[in-house]
Amino acid sequence: MYLAANGRPDAPPRPPGVRRRVPAAVLALGTVSLVTDISSEMVTAVLPLYLVLGLGLTPLQFGFLDGMFNGATALVRLLGGRLADRGGHHKRVAGAGYLLSALSRLGLLLAGGATAGIAAALAADRLGKGVRTAPRDALISLSGPPESLGRSFGVHRAMDTTGALLGPLAAFAVLWATADAYDAVFAVSFSIGLLGVLLLVAYVPAAPGPAAPGPAPAPAPPPRRPVLRDPVFRRVLYASALLGATTIGDAFLYLLLLRELDLPPALFTLLPLGAAAVYLLLAVPAGRLADRTGRRTAFLLGHCALLGAYALLLAPVRVPTVVGVLALLGIFYAATDGVLMALAAPALPAAGRAGGLAVLQTGQALARLLGAAGFGAAWTLWGQRPALWAAALALAGALAAASRILPAAPAAPAAPQEVP
Amino acid sequence: MNPPSRRLRLALVVTAVLLLAGGSLGYVLHARHRERPPAQQADASFGALEPGLYFRDTAGGRIARQGGPGLPRVTGGPSCDRFHTAGGHALCLRKLPGVPARTEALVLDRRLREVRKVTVPGIPNRARVSASGQILSWTTFTTGDSYNTAAFSTRTAILDLRTGYLVKSIEQIPLTLDGARHHDSDVNYWGVTFAADDNRFYATVSTRGATHLVEGDLRAWSAKALRENAECPSLSPDGARVAFKKKVSDDPRAPWRLYVLDLATMREHPLAEPHSVDDQAAWLDDATLAYALPGQDGRASDIWSTPADGTGEPALLVPGGSSPADVD
Repeated sequence: MYLAANGRPDAPPRPPGVRRRVPAAVLALGTVSLVTDISSEMVTAVLPLYLVLGLGLTPLQFGFLDGMFNGATALVRLLGGRLADRGGHHKRVAGAGYLLSALSRLGLLLAGGATAGIAAALAADRLGKGVRTAPRDALISLSGPPESLGRSFGVHRAMDTTGALLGPLAAFAVLWATADAYDAVFAVSFSIGLLGVLLLVAYVPAAPGPAAPGPAPAPAPPPRRPVLRDPVFRRVLYASALLGATTIGDAFLYLLLLRELDLPPALFTLLPLGAAAVYLLLAVPAGRLADRTGRRTAFLLGHCALLGAYALLLAPVRVPTVVGVLALLGIFYAATDGVLMALAAPALPAAGRAGGLAVLQTGQALARLLGAAGFGAAWTLWGQRPALWAAALALAGALAAASRILPAAPAAPAAPQEVP
Repeated sequence: MNPPSRRLRLALVVTAVLLLAGGSLGYVLHARHRERPPAQQADASFGALEPGLYFRDTAGGRIARQGGPGLPRVTGGPSCDRFHTAGGHALCLRKLPGVPARTEALVLDRRLREVRKVTVPGIPNRARVSASGQILSWTTFTTGDSYNTAAFSTRTAILDLRTGYLVKSIEQIPLTLDGARHHDSDVNYWGVTFAADDNRFYATVSTRGATHLVEGDLRAWSAKALRENAECPSLSPDGARVAFKKKVSDDPRAPWRLYVLDLATMREHPLAEPHSVDDQAAWLDDATLAYALPGQDGRASDIWSTPADGTGEPALLVPGGSSPADVD
């Protein structure tokens, strides 16, 4: 084990500016996520085509299949967090989630044209995704010193996004090579997913945490309703939910870009790649910056970037607007996605961390769902510009409120003060 | 971590990578060789639009003809995913391999030789030729236009062979809905059917969660909605009635029933077909409709026919077929 990975508080302080090593466990988890995301995004990219073209489902039926399990994942996530906390089985629970998702490709392959089989395979994939997220983030947060959590999550998210960008490319390459053999995409995706599980088993340490390797102390039972009691965590949860509810959803932003600037619809599929590329580039620097200047500030500034994107859309000026909006969206994700986990993790006891992070992620996801639905309704009622104005005002209000709600230094008790 | 176990672990992972990569490559190569034959042109012997029922043979994906009840099926037409023919022209929609999905719309003459080829984005969905054979329309499903990336939207084109003028998407046609000019970002058209004058047409428009039957005017370039909940219209040869599919259930497994609407009285009646029909029906004559249903006995789809007045019973017309079009 690397010393640096343990973040021992008694280690000599390193001179500032020196590049520290990212914990090996974080790199391993990042690699697992990268590989797994290639696998899952391969399927996501071709599934609509496969179902409608290959199997002749109507778009209505496809929409039904697709939306069927989205609500359930939130609950599964909470379950995954709870399971992981119970006895500290983070790796095992996360691994089961990864394995389930990988096996779901095999289900797609074997289901043939049977709609029920495909539905079951999609359900298994969502189940796996829901189960693994919270334990994985808990593992990341437990694998490094608390003062560099932002960087750890930044590295992980950058690797994750890399996989998400590579996935569709891999899928399209397989489709080109085989003249639209969708089953070949599922077969390759299954192999890659299995590799992800294997990497997890081989390289992610089972017992995370700053404790030295060796017989781990008997894990404390997860405290009863611990998370919501903690005032610091509660504030983070409320602030993230409030901000999430004023987030209109990327897809709406892309659509607004297309409509306002009258861009060709074919660009729609490329716009997310632009934002993802910015996210990929900035995830690590933003995480480091968050560690240095405070994650609270970074989280709020990230949402300011989103507000900036809304503002840019309200004053459209052709090509620079597209670039600006995509860049701001990338900054938003870089400064908030992993940073939120890094912000909340130190406030949670190690024994209840996966469950706590699950609550936080679920809360944010539900709030965002609400925000997107509200924006959709506002768009239908008032038209796109008034709706966007409303969204911008709501976000500004939420930012002001969140800056009061968010605790000034949530990590205070654990983090060593490096200020002279 | 002691070195031997680390080395062992690495060896195991490398072995697994090699096995999985080999398996994947093998599967891809297998899929590459197994794939269906490339799109075929019509055989020389098939090259004329003789009287009979034309359809897509689901077994090989090629267009076939059935001269009459009891007569043998003649296969040998071009490979198409959707097909329609009338007035000495045929329209063949063919999905091109690769991603993003693209469709080739082939206009064929009486001898089934290519007159014109247009490549559009999306997956083949509907194809119609006007009775005179001069105006053609097709619809494709496209992904990615909607705010929900998984949702589909449609793109409908109209081609006028007399002038050669092609409207790749009729989405911008001025639309009147409930007496008022309608603007929205979510307007989608599909399933065009033409009147005998080669000017009036009917189509489906969907906007704000509802579908409408619209009547359009090509020369005036305008369209107005006639009534709600009518999809994939098909105008009878006498021009008096429109067959359409009506959404009667929220159950996504069986949402539609076939109806016929009398344009003079604007009254509709259901047809005898009890199953959910997701097809643009075709009139065999003024009294009979044909349409595709999911096939029995493992076939991809079958063509059924039923009386247009709502009486009688549906009858299996062509096992293993879709895209029916009658040529007298």
